[in-house]
Amino acid sequence: MVQRYVMSIDQGTTSTRCILFDARGRLVSVVQREHQQHFPRPGWVEHDATEIWRNVSRIVPQALADAGATAEQVVGLGIANQRETTVLWDRRTGNPVGRAIVWQDTRTDAMLEQLAREPGADRVRQLCGLPLATYFSAPRIRWLLERTPGLRERAERGDVLFGTIESWLIWNLTGGAEGGVHVTDVTNASRTMLMNLRTLSWDDELLDFFDVPRAMLPEIRSSTEVYGTTSRVVPGIRIAAALGDQQAALFGQTCFAPGEAKCTYGTGSFLLLNTGPTPVLSTHGMLTTVGFKIGDEPAVYALEGSIAVTGSLVQWFRDGLELIGSAPEIETLARTVEDNGGCYIVPAFSGLFAPHWHSEARGVIAGLTSYITKGHLARAVLEATGWQTREVVDAMNADSGLALTTLKVDGGMTADNLLMQCIADVLDVPVVRPMVAETVSLGAAYAAGLSVGYWPDLEGLRRNWHRAGQWLPAMDPARRDSEYAHWRQAVELTFGWMRPAPAAAAPGSDLVEVLLADHRRFEQLLRDLRNTEADRPALVAELSSLLVAHATATERIVRPADPGGTFAEDLLAVLDGNDFEKALLRLENVVDAHVRGEERGLLNELRRTTSTSDRTGLGRAFVAERRRQLDLDCGNAAHVRELGDRLKL
Amino acid sequence: MPGPIQSIERAAAILRLLARGSGRLGVGEIAESLELAKGTAHGILRTLQGVGFVEQDRDSGKYQLGAALLHLGTSYLDVNELRSRAINWADALASRSGEAVRIGAPLEGRVLVVHHVFRPDDSLQSLDVGTLLPLHATALGKVLLAYDTTLKAAPEPYTRRTLVTQTAIKRACAKVREAGWAVENGEMISGEAGIAAPIRGHGGIVVGAIGVSGAVERICEPDGGPSPRLLSHVRDAARAVSRDLGASRW
Repeated sequence: MVQRYVMSIDQGTTSTRCILFDARGRLVSVVQREHQQHFPRPGWVEHDATEIWRNVSRIVPQALADAGATAEQVVGLGIANQRETTVLWDRRTGNPVGRAIVWQDTRTDAMLEQLAREPGADRVRQLCGLPLATYFSAPRIRWLLERTPGLRERAERGDVLFGTIESWLIWNLTGGAEGGVHVTDVTNASRTMLMNLRTLSWDDELLDFFDVPRAMLPEIRSSTEVYGTTSRVVPGIRIAAALGDQQAALFGQTCFAPGEAKCTYGTGSFLLLNTGPTPVLSTHGMLTTVGFKIGDEPAVYALEGSIAVTGSLVQWFRDGLELIGSAPEIETLARTVEDNGGCYIVPAFSGLFAPHWHSEARGVIAGLTSYITKGHLARAVLEATGWQTREVVDAMNADSGLALTTLKVDGGMTADNLLMQCIADVLDVPVVRPMVAETVSLGAAYAAGLSVGYWPDLEGLRRNWHRAGQWLPAMDPARRDSEYAHWRQAVELTFGWMRPAPAAAAPGSDLVEVLLADHRRFEQLLRDLRNTEADRPALVAELSSLLVAHATATERIVRPADPGGTFAEDLLAVLDGNDFEKALLRLENVVDAHVRGEERGLLNELRRTTSTSDRTGLGRAFVAERRRQLDLDCGNAAHVRELGDRLKL
Repeated sequence: MPGPIQSIERAAAILRLLARGSGRLGVGEIAESLELAKGTAHGILRTLQGVGFVEQDRDSGKYQLGAALLHLGTSYLDVNELRSRAINWADALASRSGEAVRIGAPLEGRVLVVHHVFRPDDSLQSLDVGTLLPLHATALGKVLLAYDTTLKAAPEPYTRRTLVTQTAIKRACAKVREAGWAVENGEMISGEAGIAAPIRGHGGIVVGAIGVSGAVERICEPDGGPSPRLLSHVRDAARAVSRDLGASRW
């Protein structure tokens, strides 16, 4: 009998790999080629799409040759790719327009700040599930169209095409300028900010907002269907699946049911949780994304939490501090001591991401004493990855209402036993490593095999998945709680480190002064509101934002023992405007009670128990958090309703 | 006792010479300084280059001390590094053989389990990384004993079949060196068997052992020898890890 294989191409950020899998999902051959990273300016990261295509044309025949296989033996090809990286190319010549802009590139930063102030900005997240951030494709397309003379006209005529990497590869494999198929899959489309998460089609409102012509966009297809057959490189292979790399890992880990989650531990780490057939919009800083869509079946959605610094913290420990010679040695060093010795490292190297989203935060090593050795620091490095995972899992559980029961892990850091045990301990759920570590490639292969009927169904794929290792939680609950409290305390120390530009700073940064200033502003706004001639809608909007920002910042930074009474209902009544005077009176009473209570109680306590420098630090953190809340438009009625009785004054 | 070996003395002299000078030396300069024939000096230099103790500058053709020599004092392989380098091959071995895989390294006269991959049948199993196994009663241990004469086994009996005399252990080690693999058949636990092969690092030094273990009837043939299919999987995996660690010839 002739052996049959599934082929996968994993087009990653630094390299491209082609792998052949057999019927039981086992690796048969692997070929890999790296491509060059271009850094033309600080913050800019580019790839040469032609070089990537050239690499693909070399590794595909090589992988077949290594396995002694021919194209006829390949039942289908699945593609997994680095997400959000943006390629524009000429439909007629097949030449890219400039270099591809990579997902890490931050050149659209300033443009996004402007976009955030434009009308419609608040709708973006509801429509596409993503915040305005430099990662995603749409701002890049706009940037390129604005800055390249004549490009917009060519794009509007459909002469210039857009695609993420999988679109570029499928187009080239199916013939390029001679009849190439221009398609993308839903998971990749869900990272552009142009696709409506519910209809799974390009959204006119989003296209308008980002000013992207529809003519340049690929057709959105499911993740598993035959898009076309290769006519170049190795002709005759059906291209049967495409997924963004993290979604491919979710699929490769067979997280097919709601509540199943995987985390890929690499330089950074990506945790994806299957939330089933309806998108869950996060109120805790997670991204909402399409997990996969099998043929005509409904799409399956996922929540995604990304942790910027995990493996890269170990690299810093090795290259920056030179305390270890190779990354795995961190475990050896960490095992020289019993615990962290009271030391915590929060690697907010370029701000804190999910779930905090504090771009002004910077890293700290907290709890240093003369007792601390490099062994304790090594522990703190590994634990930082554990606690960051915990924060993301907590946020996801809160958003989805699903409680994680097992975490499936993959990626290079799963070779670190101490780290895997630490993650099981801090999450209090078993951590499981699958037999095939190449989950991204495997996921693409699974999807392709499913698409062409090589594997019958999801259950068949599940049977291929085997446990290679498992770590069970073994930490005493009381110790887990106290360690988590210490970690959170260390996290708070990072807030507000980068000061905002002087003009934006609030008068005085002593926490007591900051709180008093907020109180005076509340009173002023309430007084103005009593005037029936005033611009009440504007005043109500300001009061609502300020109250919610003040309450949220108080809860997160000050953590008062007595968080006070709820006020969402009264605030909503004021926002609603029916029977305004009565509603306003009730809100005044709540605010008054808060102001009087806090100025008699908490503020005096702060004056008595904390030093001036502590109060300044807390004040800065408070202002930063309040600023962030205001930027998120925290005072809108929908948000207030969502927070409900969690809002306390 | 034979006398000192002249070529090793000469090689040592060349290394001393290279260590003393600040720059690089040509083969002519070296031959002249040590009063050697140029051909002899060249032969020794090429050999030293082969083991990484000297390096030749591509442009000038001159020689200097090699990186391997500088790392000579710190060349032991970290066990966590070993796991990290072997993990993909160990997974592949488990999935091909259908048996549990362990990697062992010597620690305090026993075998430290450095890595453990579950038997891929999703039955209840627990990781035993960090546990210590006896050297003389396991396939992993016998491989380590065979290639490291500084190791001494305390021959405690575990089952009827455990090797308990130094003579028997020595004979078993000689067989391991000859065959390039070891087998254990009910020697630690009755009814349990294992097959292991050496993992070699730079220069072919044995740094650990990799093997499969499970029920005797799956691991061994009716005659008590290892299953040829499993043995070839184990040896392939050991060679693959060794190549990754820089042991070129094995």
